[in-house]
Amino acid sequence: MTALNHKLMRDLWRIKGQATAIALVVAVGVMLLVMMSGMLSSLIETRETYYERYRLADIFAPVTRAPLGMLDRIAEIPGVAAVEGRVQGGALVDIAGQALPVRATALSLPAHRAPKLNEIYLSDGRMLTPGRTEEVIVLQTFAEAHDLQLGDYLSATMHGSLRDFRIVGFAMAPEFLFTTAPGEFVPDDARFAVLWMNEEALAAAYDVEGAFNEALVSLERDARAEPVLAAIDRLLDRYGSLGAYSRDDHVSDRFISEEISGLQATSVAVPPIFMGVAAFLLYIVITRLVQSEREQIGLIKAFGYTDWEVAWHYFKMVLVIAVAGALLGCVLGIWAGRGMAGLYQAVYKFPFLVFRVDASSFVMGVGVSVMSASAGGLFVLRRVFRLTPAVAMRPPAPMDFSRSGALNDRLKNWLDQPSRMVLRRIFRNPGRIFGSVIGIAVGMGLSSAQLSVMSGFDETLDLTFGVIDRSDVSVSFFEPMPAETAFDLAHLPGVIEVEATRGVSAVLRNGLNSYRGGVTGLVGEARLNRAVNKDMTDIAMPETGIVLARALADILDIGPGETLMVEVLEGKRPVLEVPVASISETLLGSPAYMRMDTLNRDLGEWGRVSGAYLRVDSDRLPELYEALKETPSVAEVTRREDARAAMQKLMDTGAGAMRYVMAAIAGIITFGIVYNAARIAFGEQARDLASLRVIGFTRGETSFILLGELAIVVLLAIPLGVGIGYYLFFLIAAGFSTDLYQIPTTFQPDAYGTAALAVVLASILSGWLVKRDIDKVDLVATLKTRE
Amino acid sequence: MSKDIKNTFETRGVTKVYGEGEAAVHALRGVDLDIPRGEIVVLLGPSGSGKSTLLNIIGGLDRATDGKAMFEDQDLTAMSDRDLTRYRRDHVGFVFQFYNLMPSLTARENVELVTEIADDPMDVDEALRLVGLGERMDHFPAQMSGGEQQRVAIARAIAKNPTVLFCDEPTGALDSKTGRAVLHVLNDVNAKLGATVMIVTHAAATAAMAHRVIHFADGAIRRVETNDTRLSPDEIQW
Ligand SMILES: Nc1ncnc2c1ncn2[C@@H]1O[C@H](COP(=O)(O)OP(=O)(O)OP(=O)(O)O)[C@@H](O)[C@H]1O
Ligand SMILES: [Mg+2]
Repeated sequence: MTALNHKLMRDLWRIKGQATAIALVVAVGVMLLVMMSGMLSSLIETRETYYERYRLADIFAPVTRAPLGMLDRIAEIPGVAAVEGRVQGGALVDIAGQALPVRATALSLPAHRAPKLNEIYLSDGRMLTPGRTEEVIVLQTFAEAHDLQLGDYLSATMHGSLRDFRIVGFAMAPEFLFTTAPGEFVPDDARFAVLWMNEEALAAAYDVEGAFNEALVSLERDARAEPVLAAIDRLLDRYGSLGAYSRDDHVSDRFISEEISGLQATSVAVPPIFMGVAAFLLYIVITRLVQSEREQIGLIKAFGYTDWEVAWHYFKMVLVIAVAGALLGCVLGIWAGRGMAGLYQAVYKFPFLVFRVDASSFVMGVGVSVMSASAGGLFVLRRVFRLTPAVAMRPPAPMDFSRSGALNDRLKNWLDQPSRMVLRRIFRNPGRIFGSVIGIAVGMGLSSAQLSVMSGFDETLDLTFGVIDRSDVSVSFFEPMPAETAFDLAHLPGVIEVEATRGVSAVLRNGLNSYRGGVTGLVGEARLNRAVNKDMTDIAMPETGIVLARALADILDIGPGETLMVEVLEGKRPVLEVPVASISETLLGSPAYMRMDTLNRDLGEWGRVSGAYLRVDSDRLPELYEALKETPSVAEVTRREDARAAMQKLMDTGAGAMRYVMAAIAGIITFGIVYNAARIAFGEQARDLASLRVIGFTRGETSFILLGELAIVVLLAIPLGVGIGYYLFFLIAAGFSTDLYQIPTTFQPDAYGTAALAVVLASILSGWLVKRDIDKVDLVATLKTRE
Repeated sequence: MSKDIKNTFETRGVTKVYGEGEAAVHALRGVDLDIPRGEIVVLLGPSGSGKSTLLNIIGGLDRATDGKAMFEDQDLTAMSDRDLTRYRRDHVGFVFQFYNLMPSLTARENVELVTEIADDPMDVDEALRLVGLGERMDHFPAQMSGGEQQRVAIARAIAKNPTVLFCDEPTGALDSKTGRAVLHVLNDVNAKLGATVMIVTHAAATAAMAHRVIHFADGAIRRVETNDTRLSPDEIQW
């Protein structure tokens, strides 16, 4: 090893604390980069492969009942590559030991051949035997949640009649990457099932023999979906088309797409922040190093080393730190990525999801960190070039503090000497102080914004289940029923209050903007399931007009007073023109509310209800469930508590861990900055501090001079961090909110508190580390060194 | 390098001004100097008279404000930075007034720092033994006395077998015994390697070992003497 490399190693060892702190910042940046970009490409590729291999349809066209011959007609539409018809319907599965039946979707599989579209992935067991109407293949995650075995029997109610099935296989399917029970937003494997059955069995159960009630269509490469959708709608209109929609509108794909685009945005936005901080840190640390070694630089140059050789020597130090951090980041990234893939698999049902990082992610991670580190380093290297040997060999002129001059007179009156020293240093070096404050504030902002998002979920739960929907149980009927059906529920055991509701599915349209959803009819003065405005007060259902959730109004680009087209997809399928009455606040879903009577009148179906919200005596729930099971008109029963618990569980597992990660991020950035700033201040002032100690200042007083500066930096950074955090949070909330879920933008004090706490703890830790060094200072040695 | 050039250095009207206007310091006020090849030259003069400044300029560390300084047939004042670097790398050995060792390198490594980029260096151990530091090669500067550090600096300067050796106060911090040892080394380098050696010193007695003595004052040469008989370092009175 050359002598210069010896010097390099020893210098690195000398600044090991600082180097480590910087490398950690780099590592976190690279970790996030590798983790997110790896996760992103894993998700995208896996989804792509999964969709392709199991031939997921491009278009879904539900109808009431269409003759099989229509499939050929659809196949003739230009742009259509393949068509498959199937039967699908809702079912309720009885699970032993479960008071409530589980909601399920039943789907047909063709006998004697594989489906042309929407193939399933059989994870265990076998395919259905043609002709065996009692065989069923069950969604694997559901089977696991209930510990179902091959050969077990399962009873399910379809279209009102209860039948027994034998499980022959477990499967997953690309159309069920993300599954929730209808109307819910968080997957709960135990409470939603998919059953695949022979076509003839299902057709019989749902009265669609010789027909289909859902057409699946795949498009030719390059074919546009819109004309095909329109053509299908025209063909199927007579058969009760519920409106064909493309894969992008399929719930499962929508959720995963939202996830992917969110991840994409984060992976572009977050890692650069770390790289920027690392570059800044390298800049100040190497600047300081070069400054303190100016004589040595001059000396080496005097020996005949070229500017480039000297610059390269210092640059190598930058490289070592950046590369070490980047490599650590890669390792951490893989580790974190694996963990994240595990989390994803809890939510998204991939038969396989291998976290795989392309070589390019590593190259990018290392490249980006080296580049940003170099950016920090290059500024400094200019100084190395400029130093001529003769100049470098002279000690630098004492720091000029006259710049803080104007302040001096005023300061004198009310500050003691040490405080004045602190303030003068700050005014002497505003750039560095400013950089440190910004760096810490951005780190804190970043983590408080993320923490706010998570705290926001609690608010979502509270708003959704505490304010908007205060019912305990909701019941839906097989078909619209006379109003008495709902009122009869009041006589069931434990029922305290009943509130009828009428829902229809519909396409809402405003000019070119449209949304596939539904309209919920509420009673005029709803108490159990309500629409609320910003300040959480009830919105009474108006005599005329519709109340739209904010997210929905945004999508449709419509406001109060304007007229909305509602294309109802049920019954006589009327097209209604309804004025928008007001906007309601929601955080989950995007409901549209109307007064139930008005909706019924517009539908031309007087006095109909499709379900009811119940408030019940929780002690008598089991009794109530028994009674509801016996009630023939009841199709589904949902307990609010289950939905809430599922969301809570998701929060507690995935998001809970993220909370610590986010706090750690603020901590690491702060540590990197504060520790380095402290070390540098210490290096610059070691002699002064030693002199002070010789004069008779105590350790505490000398430490104050050094750490006071840092305390001020941290104190300035925290409020700024809150500001940045709130702003970032706002951006995140705006960017990530969809019609599926919205991120509440209320100020979340606990999030900022946690982030600020991490900042303070990291500062205390770095202050303590440096204080230890101050206490160790050897007075004689310090005073002897020239510098 | 043409053999017929007799002088290692020739300077004409070299001036050096630090700063500008009122604050200007005239460190050198027109120095004309001829230093023949292979001589030991001692520079004497009061503090602040410009000795170090002159050394810096003919050593290729600094540039003259005006005038001309030739090293053999090369014009130092006209050289680019890159050429000056080459010049220092190939020809010059320095012993600085303040020892200027690299604190993070051991004695041996400090010497290696120079031998690694030299064309025809001497053995590092040999150089350290010449200055009597064979035993302390693996010590860091902080673990050595001032005199020991100075000797490392000398070992470092001679290890590259320089054409010219500049020594700014090489014995300032040394007792008479080690001081003599150092002067012996310089004498040997001159005698055996034929290096031109320039020594700046406040110890007037050192002048007795020189071929030539230059008296400096106020940025200019006052007097140049040549010694007909030189004393050996052992005979010098401290
Ligand atoms: N960078 C500089 N800026 C301003 N003045 C300088 C600078 N370097 C040297 N001087 C001045 O130039 C003059 C000559 O300095 P130089 O170092 O050559 O003196 P010297 O003869 O080596 O003194 P000493 O025996 O004390 O080492 C002095 O007055 C000094 O103050
Ligand atoms: Mg001098």
